[in-house]
Amino acid sequence: MYVAVKGGERAIDNAHKLLADARRGDREVAELSLAQIDNQLALAVDRVMCEGSLYDRELASLAIKQARGDLIEAIFLLRAYRTTLPRFGASEPLETGAMDIRRRVSATFKDLPGGQVLGPTFDYTHRLLDHTLAEQGDVEEPATAPAETGRFKSVAELLDGGGLIEGDDPPADEIGDLTREPLSFPANRDLRLQNLARGDEGFLLALGYSTQRGFGRTHPFAGEIRYGSVEVEFFAEDAGFAVPLGSISVTECQMVNQFTGNGTQAPRFTRGYGLVFGQSERKAMAMALVDRSLRARELGEETGSPAQDEEFVLSHSDNVQATGFVEHLKLPHYVDFQSELGLLRKLQVEFHARDGRDETPIQDAAE
Amino acid sequence: MTASTHAAAKNPPDLQDRREALGVLARAESRDIADGLRQLDDGLSYSEPRPPEVGLVMLRGRIGSRGAPFNAGEATVTRAAVQLASGEVGFGYVLGRDREKARLVALCDALWQVADRRAAVENQVLAPLRRKQNEKKDLERARTAATRVDFFTLVRGED
Repeated sequence: MYVAVKGGERAIDNAHKLLADARRGDREVAELSLAQIDNQLALAVDRVMCEGSLYDRELASLAIKQARGDLIEAIFLLRAYRTTLPRFGASEPLETGAMDIRRRVSATFKDLPGGQVLGPTFDYTHRLLDHTLAEQGDVEEPATAPAETGRFKSVAELLDGGGLIEGDDPPADEIGDLTREPLSFPANRDLRLQNLARGDEGFLLALGYSTQRGFGRTHPFAGEIRYGSVEVEFFAEDAGFAVPLGSISVTECQMVNQFTGNGTQAPRFTRGYGLVFGQSERKAMAMALVDRSLRARELGEETGSPAQDEEFVLSHSDNVQATGFVEHLKLPHYVDFQSELGLLRKLQVEFHARDGRDETPIQDAAE
Repeated sequence: MTASTHAAAKNPPDLQDRREALGVLARAESRDIADGLRQLDDGLSYSEPRPPEVGLVMLRGRIGSRGAPFNAGEATVTRAAVQLASGEVGFGYVLGRDREKARLVALCDALWQVADRRAAVENQVLAPLRRKQNEKKDLERARTAATRVDFFTLVRGED
């Protein structure tokens, strides 16, 4: 329990002025623009959009600036902002198969149709600090090469042709939305994916890692990871047709996992799926690992590991909820604490009284 | 809704062209659309049945890319509708919070529906936008293609 305590108004006002000053920092140093954040801290913007569950690069950049680079605080700001807007409806499902690809790799097929393109990646960099970036300088123009056009089949589609992999879930009558209905268990896969898509990257990364280390092993292969832009379409009631809204960047991960099968069905690979805003392979891969782990019961696998526990995973993945509950401990708990103090004093009096009667704590514990 | 939008909705090839034009406009910068429109502005008079309004659209993905839909997260979207004095209603639906852009897209959409104005909209507004967008896309694709991995296998030993 916490109660309102009056008397802090001036201190709070002045603390916020001090925050604004600290945010700006040394006035001799140029102030950051939102365009600079969007362009040069693009992956931070991607993360804030993804976990803030709101695709808007400019707002995410503003949130990062306002939060002084504290990304969870920025995510919180974005989540708060979205509650101020009306919802027009839901888009047509994104066609990631028609993605304009900027990166695509597969760990399972070397020569997949359409090829493997690395795109802008940290992979194969030596992770040595580049001191030339400490100074401003010109950047070399990237190389170009003739591009293939057309639709690149995903690894899941390729394997599907041979009956080697499980098919797609049939569409459900209703699509769950945890921004409208509180989460209840058991949760269907659509709701689980919505939860994971906005879940904390660090939390999902740790859970995904735990499955690789043996806590609910799923034998994963990165079947395909693709990043690029996809078109968004929205069926507008007033226009009477699906209107193109523009395009967004997403990363998709198709994880291919070890077999399922039974008396009536031949053994097949199973799949885990990850889809996130922006360029974030780590998050998309972790999401796909955890998605697959959460299917343990459905696939008749042994359960009991943390990443297979739907209630545990889905109830703790949201970093805005988590930070709210952890950080609320800062709020005045004076009354609670006073009652605990009172109780403790009473217990101590009893303890010392017993002491007087020469009873030992060991006997006490054995009672 | 006016007779002309009904006509467009009932005419699939026409609707495909209209959707394609709206896609080009949605990907464009507001000032580029305005630049194009200025070329054909001869005192346009129109009303705004829906002034620009910012809201959210829930973006849906598909489980496993081709399966059942799920809610992946929202995006900001701005919408507007304008009506020309001659009756055509145009719609602007664009990602982001640029109110002026939504209005300009709606205006272009309305003008595009007027038979003797379509060519001007195509030439003055859409053609330059398409050119710019294609150049950008081609460059991005060419740069991406340069990062394609050409695997080759090293054979070691005699066996």
